[in-house]
Formats: sequence, structure tokens, C-alpha cells
Amino acid sequence: MNRKIRENFKLYTGMLISGLMLILAVIGLKFTPYDPNEMDVSSRLAGISMAHVMGCDNFGRDIFSRILAGIGTTMTVAVGTVFIGIVLGTVVGALTGYYGGRVDEILMRFNDAVLAFPALLLALVFISVMGPGKYNVMTALGILFAPGYARIIRGEFLRCRNLDYVQSAKLMGAGDMRIMFVHILPNAFQVMLSTIAIGFNNAVLAEAGMSFLGIGVQPPDPSLGLMLSEAQSYLFVRPGYAICTGIAIVLLILGFSMLSEGLENNA
Amino acid sequence: MRKRLVSILTVLLTLTIALSGCAGRKAGDSSKIVVGIPQDLEDSLDPHKAVAAGTREVLFNVFEGLLKPDENGELIPAVAESYTASEDGLVYTFKLRDGVKFHNGNRVTAEDVKYSIEKSAGMTGEESLIAAFSNIKEVNITDKDTVEIVLNERDVDFPAYIASVGAAVIPADNANPDTMPVGTGPYKYVSRSPQENIIMTRFDDYWGEPAHIANVEFRIEANNDAMILALKGGTIDMCARISASQTSQLSNTFTVYEGSMNLVQALYLNHNVAPFDDIRVRQALCYAADKQEIIDIAFDGKGSPLGSSMFPAFGKYFMPELTDTYTPDLSKARELLKEAGYPDGFDMTITVPSNYQPHVDTAQVLVEQFKRIGVNATIQQVEWNTWLSDVYANRQYESTVIGVDASQLTANAMLGRFYSKAEDNFTNYSNPEYDKLFEEAQVTIDDDKRTELYKKMETLLAEDAANVYIQDMAEFVPLAGKLDGYVFYPLYVQDIAKLYFKEQ
Repeated sequence: MNRKIRENFKLYTGMLISGLMLILAVIGLKFTPYDPNEMDVSSRLAGISMAHVMGCDNFGRDIFSRILAGIGTTMTVAVGTVFIGIVLGTVVGALTGYYGGRVDEILMRFNDAVLAFPALLLALVFISVMGPGKYNVMTALGILFAPGYARIIRGEFLRCRNLDYVQSAKLMGAGDMRIMFVHILPNAFQVMLSTIAIGFNNAVLAEAGMSFLGIGVQPPDPSLGLMLSEAQSYLFVRPGYAICTGIAIVLLILGFSMLSEGLENNA
Repeated sequence: MRKRLVSILTVLLTLTIALSGCAGRKAGDSSKIVVGIPQDLEDSLDPHKAVAAGTREVLFNVFEGLLKPDENGELIPAVAESYTASEDGLVYTFKLRDGVKFHNGNRVTAEDVKYSIEKSAGMTGEESLIAAFSNIKEVNITDKDTVEIVLNERDVDFPAYIASVGAAVIPADNANPDTMPVGTGPYKYVSRSPQENIIMTRFDDYWGEPAHIANVEFRIEANNDAMILALKGGTIDMCARISASQTSQLSNTFTVYEGSMNLVQALYLNHNVAPFDDIRVRQALCYAADKQEIIDIAFDGKGSPLGSSMFPAFGKYFMPELTDTYTPDLSKARELLKEAGYPDGFDMTITVPSNYQPHVDTAQVLVEQFKRIGVNATIQQVEWNTWLSDVYANRQYESTVIGVDASQLTANAMLGRFYSKAEDNFTNYSNPEYDKLFEEAQVTIDDDKRTELYKKMETLLAEDAANVYIQDMAEFVPLAGKLDGYVFYPLYVQDIAKLYFKEQ
């Protein structure tokens, strides 16, 4: 009983924090107190005030507006990454899990090869070939995340392909595609859900890390990682800049983290 | 993977805080100093092949030409003791200084000088970086201490080229000048670790006043913030260029020298790429770019706005009035864009080298300023060597923010690169009128007339809106408290030989 409450606590807190961040992100995409990129000489490195609740950065841009927009950017990249990863992963996982045999061997060995590399290192290679930028980061990370998803989905398909309902569908003459994506996929969804939540987490971290290194989102667009990297130079002059940005990243990750753990335990 | 990412971010987060507390070499070795530089010497250690200003400023300590510049921009004799020019200005006779030695211990001979000049002029088959050296007809050894250089046409700037690092005297028998540089300068090259450092030691047989400090390490620190942290921690004693806001982070154990960088920072445009081939578009960008605002926002108000490819240290050639060729005027800018067929603006990319934070910051302000006239600019940060190959060498770019310096104190060093046939014309600027003026200036003997021609060229660049000129950046050089003797040059050089330890 006690355990049940704790699990639910994680799930609900996770949902609450993530929901809050999602609302902030949506607001950040549409409305911010100031234009997040607008520069103002007179308010360079301005402190906390009624006009600027978190102060201003070295270009005189409102930090609160930038964090709002930054959450939006970071979330967009995370959603894009997970979407690309899930679509690729599902296709590969479904094919390998359902058919098995040679298809399975070839695709999964390739999968293992990609998984064997450290993700960030591979992302660096992708970026140096394709050039930096928001969409390239999404693509690179999406491709890198796909093998992880493929494994999980392959497992589910492997488990399901011999179950009675699949056999019945086969006897009724349903095509392979129909069985894979109409019958098995919805049943694998439960497992995918927590994986997706973890994926969001990793994507947020990876985007922040890459932008921090200067290969992700390009200035002047706001991104939490990029802002943290900029804030670094003014750590002693305006510590609030780095702290506020850091808290935003922590909250984003905490939310998804708790959500995924809650989902995992619930499943 | 999740664990790894978590740990990476944890490291990144903590680094920002932890690094500030780390102190390396505190008291330090009194015979050695460490100079921080933002880039590796990737182009070449061969003075005749080094293209980057950042490379030449380091090589300045190792190499000398027959003449060399001093801190006032005057040319002083170096490997040559004296020189004379013939009446018609076509023959320069250099008398070599007695007893000048190379770092390998050999005496500098007339053969070495002949070899060096010919190599640097591209007469031995290699490419020459000094376009004006194509004017050299022949190099003759008249006796063992005298070398005579014969020109095709008169060139009053010739001694200035001879004094540049690009015309340094190197031994004729050095098989690997790229990797094992040997010169005659006050410092001797010891070793280089790519992406790490370049080590030099004092050359005790130097012909002139020897350097005060025995050992120098040029340490590569591509990240500006890390450079400041290294200065604070005491692992770096000096670095050449930090921003005004960064100086405020340094304690008073540092002496901060303020000067100007002697370069022309601008948004350089590739004239072969549409829409920058249209003068109206270029002018619109010039009207939209507010130089003073850039300086105020990104440079703490320190810097001198410029209007053409010439900076104030040039004295007689510099035209301060060109700075106001385009004063910020958004309605004029929009009108020009409309005329050019871009009423709703256009998209453009600004390529910037990521290791130069001031240029990245400038680009960020420009993006905002261009947005006001509907031009949607995006920044693309690239590594320094990518910048050198893609932007500078291959000219594959739309626009770039960079500072262009003068490798010699001649007007040609700044204006020559806009001659349509120039090798280093990385903006692909091409204007027949400009070419005519340039060609005329090369053969004009009268100094006043020449200056007049150069001024016309400058004016043309400004009126043509060849590039979006911004400023000559202010330079701040922090020097550890124990050191003294830093001197600014009107050129892009770091003269380490003049530094010395203060008496305790």
C-alpha cells in the first residue's frame, strides 16, 4: 500500500512538473514579456527588477524571456529528436522482431554498431559533417536514439508474434503490415511510453550539452544550454543568470525523469 | 546512455563553478612565462607560408627580415645593417650585418638572403603571399656581404615588404621550414604540440639586444572563458586580446594595457553571392548596421568606428570622415532593399570563427540590427581551420565577421586585397575603377599623389559599400604583475623579447 502511494507520487509529481514546463514552453513559443532576442544597451547585465524579473544578460536581453523561449526551443528539439528516434526505432524494431532471421541479424548488428559509440561523440561527427543548427541536432540525435528504441520494440514484437491474437489475425488473412502496425504496435505502446519519457530526458540533456559546446542551437536563438555557456562568462558578475538557466534545465529533467519512473512502476 | 549524458551535463555544470577555484602554477618559474593565444599555428610555421595574423604575431619572435618594424611603425635594419636605393628606385642594395647567426649556429650568408627572398617571392616555384614581390626581377649577390634586389617597376613600399615576417631570412639548407623553423630572431623555436602549445627559448647569440626572459610557452586556449580562468589561476601570465568586460573579472594583480588591435573588423561580404553583388543591398546593410550600438553592446563602448578598409594607426592614409558614409537610417535601408527587389528582406548566413568571441558577439548584434529591415540573418559558427579553408581560401561563404589586419605597414597591405586579381581577395570584390586606381598607385612615385590615389580607393570602398565596416577593436592586454615592458605595435605582433620581470 505504502509502496503504491510512493509510485503514484513520482508519477503525479512528474506529471505536474512536466506539465508546468510544457505550459511554460507553449507560452514561450507564443508570448514572452520581451522579445527574447531584443538587445538594449542601457540594460546590459541589469540586476533583478520589476521590469526584468531575472535581470538581463550581457546584450541587455531579458533573461526571463530568454528562459521561456529557451525552454520552448529545448522542448522542440527534444520532441523532434524523440519523434525521429521513435519512428526509425519502431520500423527497425518491428521488422526485426516480427520477421527475425536474416533481416534481424543484419539490422541488429548494425544497431549494435551504432550503440557501441558514445552518443555525444557520434553526434559531434554528425554535426561536423552536416553543420550546426537546431534541425541538424534533432536529426543527429534522432538517428542516435533510434537503436535504443529499436531494441525495446524488437523485444515486444518478438514476444507478441507468437501470441494467440497474432496467430488468429494471421489465420484471418491479415497482411504482415497490418499485423505489425495495427495489431502488435498498440500492445507495445505501454512499454514505449516510459521509454519515450526517458528519451525526452536524454534529448534535453544532449541538446543542452551540444549547445553548450557551441555545436547545437546557434546564437542569438535562445536555448538553455547555449545560455548556460554564455552565463559562464558572467558567473561572478551576475550569478543569477547561470542559476536561473540551470534551474530550468534541472526542472525539465526532473519532471521527465519522475514521469518515466512513475510510468515504469505503473506498467 | 542516460547515465553518461547525466554525467556529461553534471561535469559541464560543475566545471563552470569548479574551474574558477582551481589554481595551477602559482608562484611560477621565474625564467619562464606562458602566453595564452586563441588559436593553434595550423597554417604553417614557415614564415613565407603563414597566412593567419595569429600565426605571424607568434612567428615575429622567431624570424626577422633584412629590415624589421619597430613599435612606432618605422623600419629599422635587422639582418641588413643598412640599405640604399638607386636613383630610379629600381635597385635596392642591402649590406648584411656582420655576425648575424641563425638559431642553428650558422652565419647568415648572402646565399641565404638570396634564397629567402626568392622563396618568399615565389621565384622557386612556391606560391608567394606577398603579391608585391612579383615585381622582383632578380636577386643578385654582389659580394659576400651585399645583396642587390632589382625591381621591374619602382615601388616606394618595397622596404616595408622586406620588413614583414613574410619576407623573413631563413637558412637555405633548411629542408623542413614547415615543421622545424630556423630564423634569426630573439627567440629560438623548440617544439610545438598541436592544439596545445609552442615552446621557444631565448637565442643567446642574437645580434641585437637579447630577450630578457629565457623561456616562453605560447599556450593555445581556444575558449575565452578558460583563458580568463587560466589567467586568474596563474597558469597564463599574459594573453593578447581580451574583452573589456573580461578585464573587470581580473584582480589587480594584473596590469591591463589598453590599445587598439589595428585591424578592420567588418561584416565582409562575398560579392560573388547574390544578393551581395547588388550595391543597393550592401548599402542597405550598411545603413542598418549601427556601429556605435555594436560597440556599446558587445564591447563596453570601447573601439573606434571605421568606414573603410583602413585603421587610424596608418596616419596619413586614414580618412576619419569615411566613418560617417552610412549613418544608421532604417527607412533609407528599407527603401534601398525595395529598389533592389527585396521589399521583404532576404535570408543570409553569417559565418564566424567560434574561437573569436568578439566576432560571434558582433554577429549576434548584427542579426538583431538586420532584423529591423526584414533581413533574416543566421549565424554559423565554424572552427578556425574550417574558417581558413572554407571562407578565406575557398571563398565558400555568404558573409563573415572577421578582423583584417595589415601584414606590413603599407596601404597596399589593406587595400591590395580588393584588387580584383589579388590572390587574397576573399570578398571577390571587383570594380574596374578600383583596379585602375590600384594599378596607377603601384607606379606612382610621388608620395602625395600616391596617398591621394589610396584615399580615392578607400573612398570608393566606402561608397561602394564593399563591406559593412564596423570598427578597429580596442585591445586589452593583461600582464601578470611580476612582468613589465609590454609594447603595442601598429601591426599585429606580440614582441615577447621586450618583456622583463620587475625587480622584486
